[in-house]
Amino acid sequence: MRVHPKIASAWRFLFADSGRAFGTLAVVLVLCLAVVPVKHHFREWARYQAGYLRLIRHRSDSAGLERRLQPGIQQTWIPELGVVDRCTTCHVATKESSLMDMGTQPYRPHPAVPHSLTEFGCVMCHRGQGAATTVEDAHRSTKAGEQAVLPANYFAAGCGQCHQDAPIGTPQLNLGRSLLARYGCVNCHTLQTAQGVTMQGSDEPPPLIHIGEKTTRQWIYAWLKNPQAYSTTATMPDFKLSDAAARDISAYLIAQSTPYLAADAPKAAIAGGADAANPQEGASVYGEAFCASCHAVQNAAGLMVGGDLGPELTRIGSKVKPEWLAQWVRNPKVYFPQTAMSHYRFTEKQAGLLTGFLEAKTDSDFLAKVNLESPTQEQIVNGKALINEFGCAACHAINRIQRPDNFAPELTAVGSKPLSKIAFVGTVPHTLPDYLAAKVRQPRIFGAKLKMPQYNFTPAQVDAVVTALLAQTERAQALPATLRVQGHPLSNYHPAAKAGRLMEDMQCFSCHSINGRGGTMAPDLTWEGSAVQRQWLVNFMKNPNTLRPALIRRMPKFNVTDAEAETLADYITTVYQTPAFDSDSLDAASFTAGDRERGRQLFYSKYACQSCHIVDPQNDKGYVGPTLTQVGTRLTAAWVFHYLKNPQALRPGTIEPNQNISDDDTRALTAFLMAQKKSPAQEAAKK
Amino acid sequence: MKRRGFIIAVLPLALSIGCGRRNAESPLPQAKAFGAALVEVSGGKQIAIVGSPLDQPLIVQVNDAQGAPVAGAAVSLQVNDDAVVTPPAGLTGPDGQLSVGVALGGMSGHYRVVTTTRDKSGKVIELRSDEIALGYQQNLGRELNETYCSRCHDSESTAERVSNHDNLNAKPHAFTEGSFFNTRSDADLSSIITHGGPALNKSPEMPPYGATLHKTDIEALIAYIRAVSDPPYRLKGLVYAKN
Repeated sequence: MRVHPKIASAWRFLFADSGRAFGTLAVVLVLCLAVVPVKHHFREWARYQAGYLRLIRHRSDSAGLERRLQPGIQQTWIPELGVVDRCTTCHVATKESSLMDMGTQPYRPHPAVPHSLTEFGCVMCHRGQGAATTVEDAHRSTKAGEQAVLPANYFAAGCGQCHQDAPIGTPQLNLGRSLLARYGCVNCHTLQTAQGVTMQGSDEPPPLIHIGEKTTRQWIYAWLKNPQAYSTTATMPDFKLSDAAARDISAYLIAQSTPYLAADAPKAAIAGGADAANPQEGASVYGEAFCASCHAVQNAAGLMVGGDLGPELTRIGSKVKPEWLAQWVRNPKVYFPQTAMSHYRFTEKQAGLLTGFLEAKTDSDFLAKVNLESPTQEQIVNGKALINEFGCAACHAINRIQRPDNFAPELTAVGSKPLSKIAFVGTVPHTLPDYLAAKVRQPRIFGAKLKMPQYNFTPAQVDAVVTALLAQTERAQALPATLRVQGHPLSNYHPAAKAGRLMEDMQCFSCHSINGRGGTMAPDLTWEGSAVQRQWLVNFMKNPNTLRPALIRRMPKFNVTDAEAETLADYITTVYQTPAFDSDSLDAASFTAGDRERGRQLFYSKYACQSCHIVDPQNDKGYVGPTLTQVGTRLTAAWVFHYLKNPQALRPGTIEPNQNISDDDTRALTAFLMAQKKSPAQEAAKK
Repeated sequence: MKRRGFIIAVLPLALSIGCGRRNAESPLPQAKAFGAALVEVSGGKQIAIVGSPLDQPLIVQVNDAQGAPVAGAAVSLQVNDDAVVTPPAGLTGPDGQLSVGVALGGMSGHYRVVTTTRDKSGKVIELRSDEIALGYQQNLGRELNETYCSRCHDSESTAERVSNHDNLNAKPHAFTEGSFFNTRSDADLSSIITHGGPALNKSPEMPPYGATLHKTDIEALIAYIRAVSDPPYRLKGLVYAKN
């Protein structure tokens, strides 16, 4: 082998004798050893710490800031949370809120949050790689399933790892969770909270076992093709079905439908003739029954008017069959025993008027283009196969179709899904939040064959759903139980006896909550028995005039009989008693005229209650709280006294402030309020 | 190995697209007309949580010297820090308007969208619109405001909430009223919320909330009032860390 002459001479120069060789090797060794200190000298974090010192040098409080700066790598290690953070190595000023005005990262102080930063560390909420010591690795590394730092709009996902209650400070997380339940996501996807509770849907999809009695195949077809064309507020998503698929599914649904009334059951009279021709009276029945508390109707200006507890009724006449509607308004439980809709005790005339009024709400365009020939046996069989394929039975009860278990991928730990398990497509940025947002926004971009349907979420709703999903992490499952904040446990409270059956029949729980079960639209009635007087309750049940003038949603009138009203009033006043006090413990007769006068002065001057309540309709104007003109016939004296002392103790969450009123003042105010017994008739007579 | 190479190749690209939008100078379209003034039609002073897109678009309008809308004027928009305007430039429509979406940055505070266009002589006309990003504490304050305060302090009624503002003798101040709130210290605001109006010799129509709201809730409310104040509230002196 021939060696190049230059290399040969260099070799001789360096290693000619043992002295030269020693010198050369010594130099090489020193250079090798120097690598470490040199690298150490040019560390990224050291630059940031030096930059911080330069930044604070000229501030008046620099001495204190410098003293609190810990040089070198800082680490927070919280073994029980699985947290290893070195973030404060560069983010040196997280606890220096005097630097709030400086505003450049990494030196921003951490904004105020309800928890101590050292107790929870950074990565619990922010994610990213806490142990990394370079900017790139810590914030953006996605190697081997590592997660990048979360964008700011998803921070509430961090809260959701421990909090199953709905903290008031995380509206986005709470909205996301309610959307997952309300839009039926959890009917297909299993989603267990960190407490091991499986989330339940709140959408109550109607059973389809008698669907042929309710509507036509044409309507089912048009609805399947685009539910939002029928009702913009529909929670049913768009499955992007082909014409043939919608044809076959509608064929099967009609074919499997069974009658819901026994053959010899009396049929409800269908609206017609005079009733249908009287839209004005029909509208007033609709108004008086406060249908709009739950159902919305689109007005001429295109605005939705009404609540969202029940389906929108803008085009109801194009959907349901008249004979079905006539039966439904009379008693909806015959068709669907679990419905949230109350059994109104309409008179025959009212039911007829209401049916006629609703029947007239048609939209001829909706079914105009639907032309279906009668189905072949093959189409019906294919329809059944499609129903199984799309998992319709995950939400709806359908004859001869079994509800599929775990129809869609489980979402319990979707917030820690490693990127390596995600097939990204198109322009979706390669991060978990971007993937989830794209999936929620437009599932089918990940493949036309996917079954997940298209929802109509606004950008804010998408962010909310993604926040709720990001809270479902493996870390959340592994947290110590002491850190978990439980949500309200599901209550299956059922009132007993005759009154209990009445309350189930009128669906009190759709709006009111009792013992942890029920809706939030109307006041919680758990301790109503301590609050109200029996006679008032009887009258209210028969004619529920509103207590709050500014409220749109009101208690409907159920046409209860005297006997029913008495049964309910007896049950409520006996059973729904608070353990905090005895409702007979304060006798309104013990108050003197002096008490009442002092109470009046306190009411109007010291506590200015008239800002929110009306006692004298001529002069008082406040309408935040209930009108108190008849409070003396409505509430018990003991309730008024204890409520004034501490409103939140008796009605958690009420906005009436606890004013720390002394016992003497409370007694005087109670005396004044219990003297307010004007009935509307007396008021009218005065005028 | 191939896959890793792919991810390494794609990630910086994705991130540079994701994070670098503010820097991406989109080419200004060729102007077809020139205006003399820029006005904000709607979408300024919106409030949202950090990092989130605003509900309403920001709509700006180019007018000529007579105040008539100019169609086809070239407008470009820039916003500070990590907030994003999409699209960052465009031509005004037939009504002289351009509508853009704004996503707030990750820090709480004000984000300023600077809209520019050029007049015939090439002079730059500028319009500034501020948007407000709320952090956790301010957002908690906003939620509490919705529940406890806005019925009286907000004189606007909505379908769901009828305002009680006009029923009161002493009219409550709107929280955006910087001329009033900026002159009050945190301690004063805290004491009026805790002890009611009489604490500062004001009307008892403002009730005390000290026994209803937690101390941190009251701090959150003050943080919210400071965040939405117009003109903006400037921090004075030193504030010591709570965390």
